Amino acid sequence: MPPDASVPRLALTGISKSFPGCRANDGVGLTLMPGEIHALLGENGAGKSTLVKIIYGVLQADSGQMAWDGRPVSIASPAAARRLGIGMVFQHFSLFDSLSVAENIALGLDRPGPMKALVRRIAAVSARYGLALDPDRPVHSLSVGERQRVEIVRCLLGEPRLLIMDEPTSVLTPQEVDGLFAVLRQLAAEGRTILYISHKLDEIRALCGRATVMRAGRVVGSCDPAATTSRAMAEMMIGTGLAVPRRGPQSAPARDTVLELHHLFTTSDDPFAVTLADVALSVRAGEIVGIAGVAGNGQAELLSALSGEARSPDPGMIVIGGVAAGHLGPRARRSLGLAFVPEERLGRGAVPEMSLADNALLSGYGSGGMVRRGLVRFGRARRYAERVIQHFGVATRGHATPARALSGGNLQKFIIGREILQNPRLLIAAQPTWGVDAGAAAQIHQALLDLAQGGTALLIVSQDLDELFTLSDRIAVMHGGRLSATTPVDQTTVEQIGLRMGGIFEERTETDHASS
Amino acid sequence: MLRLEARPHPSTAALLLAPLLAVLLTLLAGALLFALLGFAPAAALKAFFITPVNSLYGLGELAMKATPLLLCAIGLAVGFRANIWNIGAEGQLLMGAIAGSGVALFLRPADGAPWVLPAMFLAGALGGMAWAAVPAFLKLRFNASEILTSLMLTYVARLFLRWLVGGPWRDPDGYNFPQSPMFAPDAVIPPLLHGTRLGFGALLALAVTLGGWFLLSRTFLGFQIRVIGLTSAAAGYAGFDRGRVTWLSLLLSGALAGIAGLNEVAGPIGQLTPFVSPGYGFTAIIVAFLGRLHPIGILFASLLVALSYLGGESAQISLGLPLAATDVFQGMLLFFLLASEVLVRYRPRLARTRG
Repeated sequence: MPPDASVPRLALTGISKSFPGCRANDGVGLTLMPGEIHALLGENGAGKSTLVKIIYGVLQADSGQMAWDGRPVSIASPAAARRLGIGMVFQHFSLFDSLSVAENIALGLDRPGPMKALVRRIAAVSARYGLALDPDRPVHSLSVGERQRVEIVRCLLGEPRLLIMDEPTSVLTPQEVDGLFAVLRQLAAEGRTILYISHKLDEIRALCGRATVMRAGRVVGSCDPAATTSRAMAEMMIGTGLAVPRRGPQSAPARDTVLELHHLFTTSDDPFAVTLADVALSVRAGEIVGIAGVAGNGQAELLSALSGEARSPDPGMIVIGGVAAGHLGPRARRSLGLAFVPEERLGRGAVPEMSLADNALLSGYGSGGMVRRGLVRFGRARRYAERVIQHFGVATRGHATPARALSGGNLQKFIIGREILQNPRLLIAAQPTWGVDAGAAAQIHQALLDLAQGGTALLIVSQDLDELFTLSDRIAVMHGGRLSATTPVDQTTVEQIGLRMGGIFEERTETDHASS
Repeated sequence: MLRLEARPHPSTAALLLAPLLAVLLTLLAGALLFALLGFAPAAALKAFFITPVNSLYGLGELAMKATPLLLCAIGLAVGFRANIWNIGAEGQLLMGAIAGSGVALFLRPADGAPWVLPAMFLAGALGGMAWAAVPAFLKLRFNASEILTSLMLTYVARLFLRWLVGGPWRDPDGYNFPQSPMFAPDAVIPPLLHGTRLGFGALLALAVTLGGWFLLSRTFLGFQIRVIGLTSAAAGYAGFDRGRVTWLSLLLSGALAGIAGLNEVAGPIGQLTPFVSPGYGFTAIIVAFLGRLHPIGILFASLLVALSYLGGESAQISLGLPLAATDVFQGMLLFFLLASEVLVRYRPRLARTRG
């Protein structure tokens, strides 16, 4: 192992990779020094994932050179990457719920060795880095943060000298993020290189020593994140100035309550599923209420109970615009004025193979006279789609484009626009800007704020605390199927919400029940 | 290693030409096959594809063969579009034939009873619907796969038919053949054109084709069917009722298959026999896919497949080709069609083997 700190651990020059119809990497260069934490920054579709997959041997570059410790290498497979000393923690975990931590780790190693020795090695690594982990616990009983620890320990057992982390904090609470950063700093201090992929600028500024910014498949610059403002980095990422969402003057209080939840609960036959317990909430016209929480704490169950895809045990548990709606399906709830933006865009919010005009009809059939006497008026659906495209700046060739041809951000703009232009009384949106680039996210936030200004009640479910603090008037936290009381956003902090996301709730003191 | 890579923009012209190419390749492969069997390829192809339809009578026969295929395939296609896999059109066809025959045999119409044929058609539709309702109920109530239940019910229908014509409904003057008495003249569909055996069932099938096209491409119900078939989660999000569409598509395909069955017994056959259908209900699945689940495509597909039935018989009679040649032709046609469709949507690539 050459201790020479002046030789790059990994140097890429002129890496190019094309897929049919798109040039994902175009002459990319990247130099990673020993002991540094290096950020790879870029919007969705900028080519970060492709570059990382080339480094980890999942994809092969069409052209370009790679040098490892100064020697040219070609990495033919992930196994070859691991032999060199490259480890990777993926954004989506690949763990088996029913197996123990140690069994899961053994499955991920090229040469696991006997189980007893492996358990000792796991214990040693977790002690050394303060990654508390019980090797015998079954994975289904672990929190998301703990699952990530399993993946990290699995990587560390291979003694990597380059560790790639792909969006590691998207599922963690702020406290868990701090713990992860401590581990990463310790690893860097040992001379390991960390390549940290993210689009969260504050984290990068707190953690990384250098940042390489990618846009549209090319490297567009690099900077010292600590000495650069988040805004400057964001502009480098999207290439233009960034509009910051502006909130209008606060709307008058004491408007009608549009959504009320009373002691909502759900049941499930699945032993691993989260069930809702005694959820109470109210949202007034013109108000934005945010629901924070780590994924998998009942948000999905709450959302399907709200949309009507799952019916509630009692009609009165969900009241929309004064009408008991718990027993109604999505169609009937839409006619009460509900509009809904699901988390999953392609495959729930839109039919991938269908045109944008057909996708406008998908949820817009109740408004704009698109259906009359059982017949579809396709002209109206096309015009509606065109209106959405124009109002929300959806980059596409027109209403005949299939939904799957749109980028994530553009499709999300289309879906949110489709719901907003129906003039809903109540809009429920899940992860409205998840995976959406910064420019589109700012546009979407502005559209949601404007909608509330116009008197619509909004409920936003998101894991992104910055987003919730930007948008919400009040915030509640979901944990283990329970919903905390709401707190006005100007009376709380990210830290307090973070603690609640970890399951520490105060007593419910509040007005949610008072309105019932 | 050969890999298939999705083409980003499959050409529309290529998608439309693929079926023609498949037919052409089938002809070429067929010619080769005949040559290998020791027949003159040109004469054999002529016997197969030209001779059966070079007369008015032949064209009538073609339309008559195509009618049950078309009726069944349109109903099936509506279901297939919604991911409802009714494999049992054959059974529904037989039950329709049985129900219609029951009306003909037991109402014993006097001369000049114009209500008998409509009543038979109604009974045929209801018989097929009733048989298709069983898989619909089992699917929605117990989540049982309609593929299995509809297929198994086909065998029940077939045995029921054999029992009827071999027992209670057997013609007492029929020399113990397993078949019902001949229907009264008022219970038989008159020929549409002089010199053919073609009845008005063919016109009905054409109307059904248009109706199917209208349903799928113009109505909101058709839109819901397509969304459910393409992306079930999006249908749930939009609030489309999957149970309703399941009932609708199974009952519709059952009714159409039942009418197809009735049209056979009340048309060319004129009595209930165990040989109502040479497997129309199963072949209709091929027809539906050959027509890309599009009613107009299915119309052409049904004519093509009907021709392969007639051609097989004609080639057997004139050249002594084995009747199995029909099955071989249908198989080749399906093979070439699927292959050309894959190549239109994907591009084969020789991939480097990785270490």
